[in-house]
Amino acid sequence: MDPAVSNLVDISATPAAMHAKADMVLERARWASQVFQRYDRDKTQSIARAVAEAAHAKAGEYAAWAVRETGFGVAEHKKLKNELSSLPLVDHYDNADFVNTRIDEATGIVEIPKPAGVVFALVPSTNPIATIYFKVLSALMTRNAIVISPHPAAREVSVDAVRMLAEAAENAGAPEATIQVIDEISLPLIDEFMKSPKTDVILATGGTPMVRAAYSSSNPAIGVGPGNAPVLVDETANLKAAAGHIVDSKSFDNSVLCTNESVLIALDKIADGLKRALASAGAHICTSDETGMLRNYLFHDRGFNVEALGRDATWIAEQAGFKVNKRTRILITPIDMIGVGEQLSREKLCPVLGFYSARSMDQALRQSRALLRFAGAGHSAAIHSNDDQAIMDFAAAVEVYRVVVNAPCSQGAAGFATRLAPTFTIGTGFFGRSSVGENIGPNHLVNWTRVAWHKDASRADISAAAMNLKHAGPLPRAPADGVPGQGRPASVAAPQGVSGEAGKDQLREQIRAIIAEELRTVLKGQRDG
Amino acid sequence: MSQAKLEFLEASKTFWNPNKTQFWQDAGVDLVIDRREGYCLYDMDGKRLIDVHLNGGTYNLGHRNAELIEVLNAGARRFDMGNHHFPALARTALAEALADCTPEGLQYTIYGAGGAEAVELAIKSARNATQKRKIVSIIKAYHGHSGLSVKTGDERFSKTFLSEDTLNEFVQVPFNDLTAMEDALKARDVAAVIMETIPATYGFPMPHEGYLPAVKALCVKYDVLYIADEVQTGFMRTGELWGITKYGVTPDIMVIGKGVTGGMYPISCCVVNERAGQWLKQDGFAHMSTAGGAELGCIVALKVLEITQRPEVASMVRYISDFIRAGLDDIQALYPDFFIGIRQNGVIMGLEFNDPEGAKPVMRHLYANGVWAIFSTLDPSVLQFKPGILMTQELSEDLLRRVEVAIGRAAEEVMAGGRKRTA
Repeated sequence: MDPAVSNLVDISATPAAMHAKADMVLERARWASQVFQRYDRDKTQSIARAVAEAAHAKAGEYAAWAVRETGFGVAEHKKLKNELSSLPLVDHYDNADFVNTRIDEATGIVEIPKPAGVVFALVPSTNPIATIYFKVLSALMTRNAIVISPHPAAREVSVDAVRMLAEAAENAGAPEATIQVIDEISLPLIDEFMKSPKTDVILATGGTPMVRAAYSSSNPAIGVGPGNAPVLVDETANLKAAAGHIVDSKSFDNSVLCTNESVLIALDKIADGLKRALASAGAHICTSDETGMLRNYLFHDRGFNVEALGRDATWIAEQAGFKVNKRTRILITPIDMIGVGEQLSREKLCPVLGFYSARSMDQALRQSRALLRFAGAGHSAAIHSNDDQAIMDFAAAVEVYRVVVNAPCSQGAAGFATRLAPTFTIGTGFFGRSSVGENIGPNHLVNWTRVAWHKDASRADISAAAMNLKHAGPLPRAPADGVPGQGRPASVAAPQGVSGEAGKDQLREQIRAIIAEELRTVLKGQRDG
Repeated sequence: MSQAKLEFLEASKTFWNPNKTQFWQDAGVDLVIDRREGYCLYDMDGKRLIDVHLNGGTYNLGHRNAELIEVLNAGARRFDMGNHHFPALARTALAEALADCTPEGLQYTIYGAGGAEAVELAIKSARNATQKRKIVSIIKAYHGHSGLSVKTGDERFSKTFLSEDTLNEFVQVPFNDLTAMEDALKARDVAAVIMETIPATYGFPMPHEGYLPAVKALCVKYDVLYIADEVQTGFMRTGELWGITKYGVTPDIMVIGKGVTGGMYPISCCVVNERAGQWLKQDGFAHMSTAGGAELGCIVALKVLEITQRPEVASMVRYISDFIRAGLDDIQALYPDFFIGIRQNGVIMGLEFNDPEGAKPVMRHLYANGVWAIFSTLDPSVLQFKPGILMTQELSEDLLRRVEVAIGRAAEEVMAGGRKRTA
């Protein structure tokens, strides 16, 4: 309808309109989820796989679009992330079963999976497509409906991607509107979605205020805090390999993954050697003047300068006021303190890495803990070492829930260069004021109903019944009587239980009609008489 | 029953409608609707009822829909009914919106305050356009209770007031009978055929495949206008905005009412094509209605049109229709001797029972089990079953649970009664 016509009295910005909008999208999602829960595992996996294939095919196109629209990151890296969050993600969970009943052999307890229902997912501007792929596929693998709320800075690419996935899902047989996207985003509208009792769980990835809002919504929320990963390099490390991993990680998509290294903490003895190795891997080691210029450019009174978010190292250097070699992949800023008073020890979603030299392992551990207490608690840390004890001591000391060893942290903590669960939502656990400390995956979108017998009862074998739960599949389409092609065929119209070929059904129908007619006559006779 | 309710019912008999008030008490439905919200009604004594009567789709978007309340309140700060003699912002805006979303060729909107008035307008416009008087309708049709509209319907409603047709200007033919229809039109002396797309008060008998388009073809053949009464079949109730387009018919005139304003501020509309609306060019003062198309109502109607055309709504209707149908099929399988048929198009449903008055005990047991649905006045073997287009999954499940219990009890009562009588 022409807005000029419909908006003679415009109520579109009122709470009533916001509430109604959210309510309608969520209720439609509820319908989809209730039907989706009737699907069996094969159908569920085939839908997830079909969507993953569609996602994979468009990984490059959306990577380029996301960079164009947001100005963040590196298209070729985004393509890789998008690809990793499509087919490999489904492969990763191919042996996990979120659909069928399972029996705990030790206790005899039977567990029936119950999907969350309606997932409301916030998507950041930094990793829009990979996050959308990841969240949508996680929802599909667990038979949940999902509503995606894109970041305003990545709105167009996000809306297009979600619609593409929704179409692929429906073509593969998913219930209508299993995947929805909010195309006109506003804070009051998102608030309505977050606090609606029709939202079963919020998957929040984004800035701290948004994540805190999700937690304050009164709905269950799985949120992630910001990262600020320390990366420790000790004297047992292979310096060349370590430098290579660190530069790869910091330059990967220009550090927009929250798992990127923030400050490198090197033991004194190997600091110079490490700097040389970093330089030959493509790092520019800043002078103290350049470090000062970067500090001024990257941090305002209000915090990190978002203009620098996900930009190339050379561009950032130029903006800060100095020139570097065109081939420079990351900028390294030596600092001599960590925490309050040193802005460069904050999270930097750009290829700038702090560098701190520690006198001893003890000092390095204290500085690592301090860095995470300053920001990024519960998130990620990395260590390059060949000393198992040092690795364990470091991991025990730092207040994070994943420590990446001898690998790039950006990719490693997110499960792409390690065997952690692949994710774009990092659970920051209690340290990070979150509910989950693991890498978030589809397993977090299902609860299990546990069926437990009296502890003294003998263990009956109920596996046959447990495995025989019915998955009725999609709802049959209701007939539209009198509309060509939309009436229900007789065999379907017959009430359940009256199976058999159409002829038999017809006969039964006729008998029923005759009995009905007789009854009617009798009843009428009684009344009239 | 509370003392307050008893006293109220006495007052209702004294001042409002003694017979109707007593009828419901005798029928076992002692309902006095007080609070209403979404698809639920609350009796003045507090009992909750899921409403699948919806006054024929009036409350299609739920009782007191929050967006409609909002737009009505906001509208009241600028508009009132308006002046029916002058071009009016809201009336024209709604007319433009209707021209945009109604079937091809429908151009002008003539306004009334209620459905009967819009039917009146349709008949008058058709007579003016064709310069013929005869109107053909369906036996057991229902188009309202005003002077001309009541003559198109069952004599049950006209005779009481000595208002039945005595000049042979109103002809009625059986539904789904093309031969009878052609016989009625053949003489080329008919101005219009008026058809409910699915006759509501007759219990929603469904048009046979091809019937409505064939009627339209006969209209074309014999120079008769086709009036589609979409009062109960419009506004997405069939899953499409207008039921008539789902059946593939382009009417000359369309009548809409009830759901057009969601029960918040009554108006009705008669939307006509160029030919049917020619009097609007010749003598625009020929018909007047002070309350017709009250501008506040138009404001609400614009919002109703906007809401019903949201993409979410179409899929909600599909889900609701499919889910409720699947549930009703299961219930039918439990009581196949009593619950003998389901008529359906979208959320328009008629449940057939194996007794000429079978829908009445079902209605009573539904009421006892917290559901309000009404029997079809002109065929009480059929229960009108009309869920809203925004029903939630939760409420739909609750509805089916209650319906199963109620139909089971009614079946027991009726079938046992039947056996006893036969014995």
